[in-house]
Amino acid sequence: MQSLEPYLAEHPFLKGLEPNHLKILAGCASNVQFDVGQFILREGEEANNFYIIRHGKVAIELFAAERGAITIQTIGAGEILGWSWLIPPYQWRFDARAIEITRAIALDGKCLRTKCEQDHNLGYELLKRFAHVIALRLEATRLQLSDVYGVHP
Amino acid sequence: MLPNPFHIQRLQKETYDTFTVELTPTNSTNTFLFSAGQFNMLYVFGVGEVPISISGDPARTETIKHTARAVGTVTRALQKLKSGDMLGVRGPFGSHWPVEESVGNDVVIIAGGIGLSPLRPVLYQLIAQRKKYKKIALLYGVRTPEDLLYKRELEQWRGRFDIEVKITVDTATGDWCGDVGVVTTLIRRVQFDPLHAMAMICGPEVMMRFTIKELQNCGVGNERIFISMERNMKCGIGLCGHCQCGPTFICKDGPVFRYDRIKEFFGKREI
Ligand SMILES: Cc1cc2nc3c(=O)[nH]c(=O)nc-3n(C[C@H](O)[C@H](O)[C@H](O)COP(=O)(O)OP(=O)(O)OC[C@H]3O[C@@H](n4cnc5c(N)ncnc54)[C@H](O)[C@@H]3O)c2cc1C
Ligand code: FES
Repeated sequence: MQSLEPYLAEHPFLKGLEPNHLKILAGCASNVQFDVGQFILREGEEANNFYIIRHGKVAIELFAAERGAITIQTIGAGEILGWSWLIPPYQWRFDARAIEITRAIALDGKCLRTKCEQDHNLGYELLKRFAHVIALRLEATRLQLSDVYGVHP
Repeated sequence: MLPNPFHIQRLQKETYDTFTVELTPTNSTNTFLFSAGQFNMLYVFGVGEVPISISGDPARTETIKHTARAVGTVTRALQKLKSGDMLGVRGPFGSHWPVEESVGNDVVIIAGGIGLSPLRPVLYQLIAQRKKYKKIALLYGVRTPEDLLYKRELEQWRGRFDIEVKITVDTATGDWCGDVGVVTTLIRRVQFDPLHAMAMICGPEVMMRFTIKELQNCGVGNERIFISMERNMKCGIGLCGHCQCGPTFICKDGPVFRYDRIKEFFGKREI
């Protein structure tokens, strides 16, 4: 089986990571595929993975009894799905569902949490990268909520 | 400069508050030449005058198209006009998008809401001379799927293999199965060469600000970013000072600006 290390090393999210850290990540990584409509993660369930999307499209959804599933955001190739594995209580806050056939690299967050506790440099590097992703998502969400296209007298 | 009389040939509903008017000169021997990005002052007799960008094809000189959103006195009066009614037109005014300057480059068009309308003439021109350009991408963000302009044309453009069209909505409604999220998130989803790309942006100022930042993050230089700015206008010809923005007049020097030439004044609280 081909190692995922070269792919991970090239990915913008992990660029610049030390080779020994990449090796650890590759050891926790596996290829996964989701069919259209298949849930990748579900609100309330234990968050033990994160995903680097290689191909396809994923809808991040919130379920409301009166309205059904509300898509909050879609993410696609090259993007990162899931950070709840890093933040206690390690539970998904939203659902994520493939809306196209989606191929991704799944990283075992449970295994990575242990590795990060043992090697704080790895932990810090991953935290920095996730903080960046979270900040970008927060900025996008703020913009999304500010109704910039509305008419404001 | 006095308005020229034009007839309304057709008024087409685009969305619940946005419509496209197609105008023909009352003297049918006249043709109307304009460059993509320019605007006209449309005068609804007895009501008032408003600047509205030209949204049609520059190659079609026998009619002019404008797409307007009914937001206030004049635009609402405009929306109520019928085919055959008369309208006064002054123009075309202002600067244009760098369509010629983009030859040989990738072109990334980023539109928000009604901002697609001044960019539609660019798309017509790029498509007419497709071979002269490298990659062409249209990134379009709106509030909801119901707010999409030019739905039929978007579908046609999407069906082409030589243009990448990505559309996103802030809020998904109905059976929307496309992207959800702000238009800035689409920028990294298209592959273009930042050193040889021209970016043209039109939309609300906040959207343009964040779009510029994201393009810069991707390595696009300020001299390759063009924006269209809107300010209240009156004379349209650089006389009254109504549209002044720093040392420039939007009506005369704009509305299309190269970003490095306006960045000091763009998005500032008070100018
Ligand atoms: C160069 C240029 C090009 C333009 N191109 C277009 C175009 O192609 N299509 C188009 O629909 N508009 C365009 N506009 C904006 C348009 O000129 C205004 O919407 C119009 O002047 C409003 O006039 P009104 O009498 O209908 O509204 P007013 O009675 O003057 O205003 C009514 C209310 O609408 C709000 N309002 C005014 N302008 C806008 C706006 N642009 N967006 C949201 N709310 C607004 C005001 O704050 C006010 O509360 C352009 C403006 C400029 C400067
Ligand atoms: S509108 Fe009068 S100077 Fe621009």
